Amino acid sequence: MEEIYAKFVSQKISKTRWRPLPPGSLQTAETFATGSWDNEENYVSLWSIGDFGNLDSDGGFEGDHQLLCSIKHHGDVMDLQFFDQERIVAASSTGCVTVFLHHPNNRTLSVSQQWTAAHYHTGPGSPSCSNAPCTGIVCNNPEIVTVGEDGRINLFRADHKEAVRTIDNADSSTLHAVTFLRTPEILTVNSIGQLKIWDFRQQGNEPTQILSLTGDRVPLHCVDRHPNQQHVVATGGQDGMLSIWDVRQGTMPVSLLKAHEAEMWEVHFHPSNPDHLFTCSEDGSLWHWDASTDGPEKSSLFHQGGRNSTFLSHSISNQANVHQSLISSWLSTDPAKDRIEITSLLPNRTLSVNSLDVLGPCLVCGTDAEAIYVTRQLFS
Amino acid sequence: MEEFDGEPTVTWIPGVNSQKKQMCFDWGPGEMLVCETSFNKKEKPQMVASCPFIHIIRKDIDVYSKILRKLFNESHGIFVGLQRIEEELTGKSRKAQLVRVSKNYRSVIRACMEEMHQFAVADKDSASGRQFSSQVSILSAMELIWNLCEILFIEVAPAGPLLLYLLDWVRLHVCEVDNLSADVLGSENPSKHESFWSLVTTLVLQGRLDEARQMLSKEADANPASAGMCRVLGDLMRTMPVLSPGNTQTLTELELRWQHWHEECERHLQDGTFASSPRLESLCKVLLGDDAALLEQKELLSNWYHFLVTRLLYSQPTVKPMDLHLYAQSSLDLFLGGESSPEPLDNILMAAFEFDIHQVIKECSIALSNWWFVAHLTDLLDHCKLLQSHNLYFGSNMREFLLLEYASGLFAHHSLWQLGVDYCDHCPELGRVSLELHIERIPLTTEQKALKVLRVCEQRQMTEQVRSICKILAMKAVRNNRLGSALSWSIRAKDAAFATLVSDRFLRDYCERGCFSDLDLIDNLGPAMMLSDRLTFLGKYREFHRLYGEKRFVDAASLLLSLMTSQIAPRSFWMTLLTDALPLLEQKQVIFSAEQTYELLRCLEDLTSGKPLCGEPDAQQLQDDDIETTKVEMLRLALARNLARSIIKEGSLEGS
Repeated sequence: MEEIYAKFVSQKISKTRWRPLPPGSLQTAETFATGSWDNEENYVSLWSIGDFGNLDSDGGFEGDHQLLCSIKHHGDVMDLQFFDQERIVAASSTGCVTVFLHHPNNRTLSVSQQWTAAHYHTGPGSPSCSNAPCTGIVCNNPEIVTVGEDGRINLFRADHKEAVRTIDNADSSTLHAVTFLRTPEILTVNSIGQLKIWDFRQQGNEPTQILSLTGDRVPLHCVDRHPNQQHVVATGGQDGMLSIWDVRQGTMPVSLLKAHEAEMWEVHFHPSNPDHLFTCSEDGSLWHWDASTDGPEKSSLFHQGGRNSTFLSHSISNQANVHQSLISSWLSTDPAKDRIEITSLLPNRTLSVNSLDVLGPCLVCGTDAEAIYVTRQLFS
Repeated sequence: MEEFDGEPTVTWIPGVNSQKKQMCFDWGPGEMLVCETSFNKKEKPQMVASCPFIHIIRKDIDVYSKILRKLFNESHGIFVGLQRIEEELTGKSRKAQLVRVSKNYRSVIRACMEEMHQFAVADKDSASGRQFSSQVSILSAMELIWNLCEILFIEVAPAGPLLLYLLDWVRLHVCEVDNLSADVLGSENPSKHESFWSLVTTLVLQGRLDEARQMLSKEADANPASAGMCRVLGDLMRTMPVLSPGNTQTLTELELRWQHWHEECERHLQDGTFASSPRLESLCKVLLGDDAALLEQKELLSNWYHFLVTRLLYSQPTVKPMDLHLYAQSSLDLFLGGESSPEPLDNILMAAFEFDIHQVIKECSIALSNWWFVAHLTDLLDHCKLLQSHNLYFGSNMREFLLLEYASGLFAHHSLWQLGVDYCDHCPELGRVSLELHIERIPLTTEQKALKVLRVCEQRQMTEQVRSICKILAMKAVRNNRLGSALSWSIRAKDAAFATLVSDRFLRDYCERGCFSDLDLIDNLGPAMMLSDRLTFLGKYREFHRLYGEKRFVDAASLLLSLMTSQIAPRSFWMTLLTDALPLLEQKQVIFSAEQTYELLRCLEDLTSGKPLCGEPDAQQLQDDDIETTKVEMLRLALARNLARSIIKEGSLEGS
């Protein structure tokens, strides 16, 4: 079992995100952002797992992550995404979308841009309009797409004060998450088990395609797109099921995998090694799904040349044999289920694991038990 | 009723003059609301400045400490783990597990204490800094008590090892000596250091004889005149028989050897070996366990339980657990010497030495400002099967009572409610009801939070609460004009009445706008459609529109008819349905058969004959009636024509 460091932080963590590495960098991730929820005062914070040059008595790294800086956030942090190296976009339960700017020199965060009331309700009960929680964000520089409980989709641009495009009543139920399929197409998941694909080139408020789980209408809470194959999408639902979809074919999932015992809050393909998938859930578990085949050339890749070169060798492997391995891993139907190896990453079950993020060999997750877990040796 | 164990504390409400004004209050789960009333005592109303505020009084303020939150969260994990190990293990391994759990709890307290200490040092002078340092001392007292309870109740150390544990206990909590030692040894000439002798004495008092001997050898080097005496004393220290964990010697052997050693010390003192050095002589007296000599070192002992352990070490090393309280009581009396009275902490420790667990818990409950300590300690001791026979005159039993008190403090907190759930789960008798009451009072700010609360309820089959939460969310959605959401929530709650209400809203909107909203939901109702008749109608009616849109007129027509004949459609909607039939009747090809047309006619007659005649119709109503009459006329005409066409068609088909 790899080493996992836990730190209690006195706030319930709703989101954790690694800061992206500069393109072409061979470093491992060392800074991540967190957002808190359900506290009287909520914060967006930046943490570092860098060693700061101080080694402990054994000569090893001090495993704890240290707080770099934090800033108060109005309302629960519902979603958090890095826009670029310095900017973080946060979604609030007050319907506000805020862009925070990190100044690495003096270690502070400041508000650089804000769209208040990006999401709101208009109803007979409320005098004019009341705020609706913004539930999901996805960034693709310079665009930011947000979705909310009001069933609205907003398209923002970092340099525009107003929304570039708004689709009112895009969904009759709550939208829970959003991801880019391929620009300018986005995919949303909602609370009645539907995936909808939207194309910003088209006018009007209709999705271009609707996919759904038949019958049960189980709410979907999270979605992630395969990093290399843009038509492969993974979603997680209220019943803890993991569904893999091929948006090119049919309106039903390619495979449904029994996973957690309660809501799956997040699902992530490993960005550079997409045979690996990570999920976390309300039941307090964090799982690593390994769909890579057992072929000798594969297994040797992970251990070849020691830990430091793992990251590098993965990226090479992706370019080399990305095609066969991927099609056979997530989209192949029946036999795939037997080959997927699942490991649980957290030692003992606690309260809900709300969020996770993976980058290179590093994983971070945050829980309702107010702890942040970090490991830097995912594949060791 | 039992008597009060202490005077109730008085809390002053700022801004309220209780001499002149009356107050009213209301209980909450963990808090109390207090405000001033305008009630007057029949006297001439006095103009006293009134307090315009409603105050919230919280009883468990420690819950709101940011650092203590880590204690609550981390210990929650340990607590849940402890409930799981429960029955599986027996005997030795079980005891080892329980001791490990106890140590985990203590290490969490210590971690918290250390962090608190850092904060206290960081801003020493401010009020918050002082608050931190008072918290530190409370935490350290908690750890001290817990550690003693662990030795006496969980470890259940027998005579012999008992003293070793107690020594560790004292060493852990009277730890200034380590700093002092570093200080002295770091100096240029240790034996000339001003604290040298107090260091040596402290080491001896704590039974750290090896270190004390090293110190003495430094003195011997520096001061050749006393070198001989130092060597003799050092030898005495070296030869003192002690129980070592790996050793197989029996207690009787140890006692015998110890007796010999004791006599040797005695002899040296009698012979006046150390007569020329009062310091060494007093050290020798300490080794003999001489009360007077020990009491001279009161400063260094700093408290009576240190005195007790040192005294036992040098006079009763094989003390039995059962005799402990005798020595404890006399040590306390000797140490305080009638100058001061024992403090709460002294009473708690004394109760522990007396093996009176209930007294320990009671005193702690009174003395400490939070329920965390007693709740977790009691639970752990209960797992050691030490509390079975004790029942309270309220609640179910002590463990449950304390856990629920603690849990209700957590529920009162803005964010810690999730921890409280697990504590309720492990209270078999009243946990469930308590959870039901608390969970309904959690504010549902976002759907995400509501889902988490729902999950808690669903896992425990709390159907009543599930329904109420879904209803709250459905109501919210209706208020925000989110009919789709509202319908989803009422379907989840299986709330037929509310589903009917929402379906009616949909139908009304349709009548007003002429088109459906939220098609993505209505088209995908599936089996959920059967929840209420109105919802079924909504789904079927939408299906009719789809069939019509797809130009499947025959299917559409029979669906439309069946909606009326099967009585699924509400009466008030029949006119709309009949109007929807009009374009079908006017199609080129015949869609409604003769029989179906008769059915339609019957529906129309049912509708019109059932209409009551109003007394005094106003202008608006007259106009409405006018439109209605025209509609009926048109329908009749269309039906008649269709009937004719269908009879001809059916007749010609049969004829051919």
